[in-house]
Amino acid sequence: MVTTEVTERSFYEKVLEATPRGEQLRICLECGNCSGICPFGYLMTYPPSRLIAMLRADRFNKVLETDTVWMCVSCYACTAVCPSKIPLTFGLMTSVKEELLLAGNVPPELQTALANSQRYGNPQGESPRKRADWAKDIRPEVTVMAQAKRPVDVLWFVGDYPSYHPRVQSTTKAVAKVLNALGVDFGILGPDESSDGDSQRLAGERGLFEILVGKNGKTFSKYQFNKIITTDPHAFNAIKNEYPQLGISYPVQHYTEYLTERLDQLKPLLKHEVKAKVTYHDPCYLGRANGVFDPPRTLLGAIPGVELVEMAHNHANSLCCGGGGGGMWLDGFQWEKAHVRMSDWRVREAMTSGANILAVACPYETPRFEDAVKSMNGGGQLIVRDIAELLAESIG
Amino acid sequence: MNVVALFKLVPDLVEELEIDQSGTALNTDFLRLIINELDDHAIEQAILLKERSGARMTVIGSDAEGADDVLYTAVAKGADQLIKLMGDPNAVINNHAMARATAIVLKELQPDLILTGVQAHNDLDGSIGPLVAEYLGMPYVGYVSGVNVQNGRIVVRKEYPGGLIAEMEVDLPAVVGIQSAEQPPRYVTVNKVRQAMKTAAIEERPLPALDVSGGAAIRRMFKPESATRAKMIEGSTEEVTARLLDIFKEIGAL
Repeated sequence: MVTTEVTERSFYEKVLEATPRGEQLRICLECGNCSGICPFGYLMTYPPSRLIAMLRADRFNKVLETDTVWMCVSCYACTAVCPSKIPLTFGLMTSVKEELLLAGNVPPELQTALANSQRYGNPQGESPRKRADWAKDIRPEVTVMAQAKRPVDVLWFVGDYPSYHPRVQSTTKAVAKVLNALGVDFGILGPDESSDGDSQRLAGERGLFEILVGKNGKTFSKYQFNKIITTDPHAFNAIKNEYPQLGISYPVQHYTEYLTERLDQLKPLLKHEVKAKVTYHDPCYLGRANGVFDPPRTLLGAIPGVELVEMAHNHANSLCCGGGGGGMWLDGFQWEKAHVRMSDWRVREAMTSGANILAVACPYETPRFEDAVKSMNGGGQLIVRDIAELLAESIG
Repeated sequence: MNVVALFKLVPDLVEELEIDQSGTALNTDFLRLIINELDDHAIEQAILLKERSGARMTVIGSDAEGADDVLYTAVAKGADQLIKLMGDPNAVINNHAMARATAIVLKELQPDLILTGVQAHNDLDGSIGPLVAEYLGMPYVGYVSGVNVQNGRIVVRKEYPGGLIAEMEVDLPAVVGIQSAEQPPRYVTVNKVRQAMKTAAIEERPLPALDVSGGAAIRRMFKPESATRAKMIEGSTEEVTARLLDIFKEIGAL
């Protein structure tokens, strides 16, 4: 299947083109920290540091014959520990995945998600016309921009899983409830919204990412709003860091940041006690990749009755749920290689912390952690909730 | 060896189907078309044959929204020639007519092997493969999930119920109805397809005049209707049987 001859030189140029600091690859110390911290590094034939060694030895074609780079879930742990500040996640790993895609060396389950994203604008292959169906019963009615034809203060970029996933829709409804309780003037795009594309980009499908960005950019330009908020840290990351590089620039916040700024208004609304020990899982693309550590904790701390406890891995050192960088669409492939799920490790840690509730702030996490809870001995005691759901519960 | 893969575009069932005011056709306002899944497998099988035995591969489909995307994607996967039949897209729900018209184009191309999906969800008058084979006077094998070229013939794998698999040799030229390719249809990146769009050319040929005889005429199109027509007969076995016999006589079944 491998037909493309990839020499170090051509690959290096591609990486340069794809990333602003790609030239950093040249100054790798081969310290191996990246491969050591990589949660699935032990299963990779070529973890990050070895990939760089192969590039330097001009033996990159060997890499294209292997498939274990698909164990990478773009969790950003390698990038965060690299002393040379090499953009390992969005530079090296993403570019290697791009080469694997070109060579046709792709697990079929990932292909389906990519093909769906291209055709339907969401990886699940759901009807684009039904993207706002979750909002049908919300009162006051959620403003859909195309129908309302008026400016709003906040454009809420809902995202793929919050729009369609039956479990995550509960988070979405909770966000709507909190925004309505605060009297925020917000609107959603509904059928006009396409996938943010970040996970597709990190799975190596840059061309697809550009198409999705183009569609969303065109949609944004049709409406008037002051800022964008997102449910999904991946959408937040893309709109904040990647869209501007393609000429689409808007102020954007994750909903936890937005709500924390309005804590004075929110606090009096949090009337009902949520009596629980809560531990918070930092999502990779909110925490490690974008440094948003405090707002989620501030929100949880504002809920009466909540006692916040930390897991052993927290803040920049947080573990990954395993859903990023294409991981959401590689469960079968990764299970075959690993026979363990990253979410299992995290849930075990949450149980050890003594918490009753594992709080999250990313739509990939609720279903992944709930699945892990179901399969874990004694895990049934642990409840997984998005912060928005806990806030909505406290508002009552 | 010349291999041709035929495809058609069918209504995408991800969107809910609506019936238009005439009551005999689908409402096309929100209708999206997608390649018939099994035709996608036929294209994949043709590409596998090309990769294994260096066949020349042509892809043929009718003009409809999305046909160009299918054709450019096929060339990005490895197809050599792309043909789009220009004509009345409403005719595609008549496989007799499409098969006759396609056969005329195929005769000119003189293929050794024609692959197509074994069926499509909107086939009203039988699948197109056997019809094409009939009009070209070629042998046909359907429900095939693997094709190999051996000594100027093909060996196909055909699946039967109960886990039985047959391998049979077929003389060429032949038509094969593909149930599944030997591997799932491959994904080609957006950039690769874009590249293909810049370099590949789609040959537009007029769809030969359509002869619709033998096809189905749609009298009424409707969604499954719920109704309460069942009657429960109470009583002993003898009573129920006697009543049943009476009913059969009443409706003239006995």
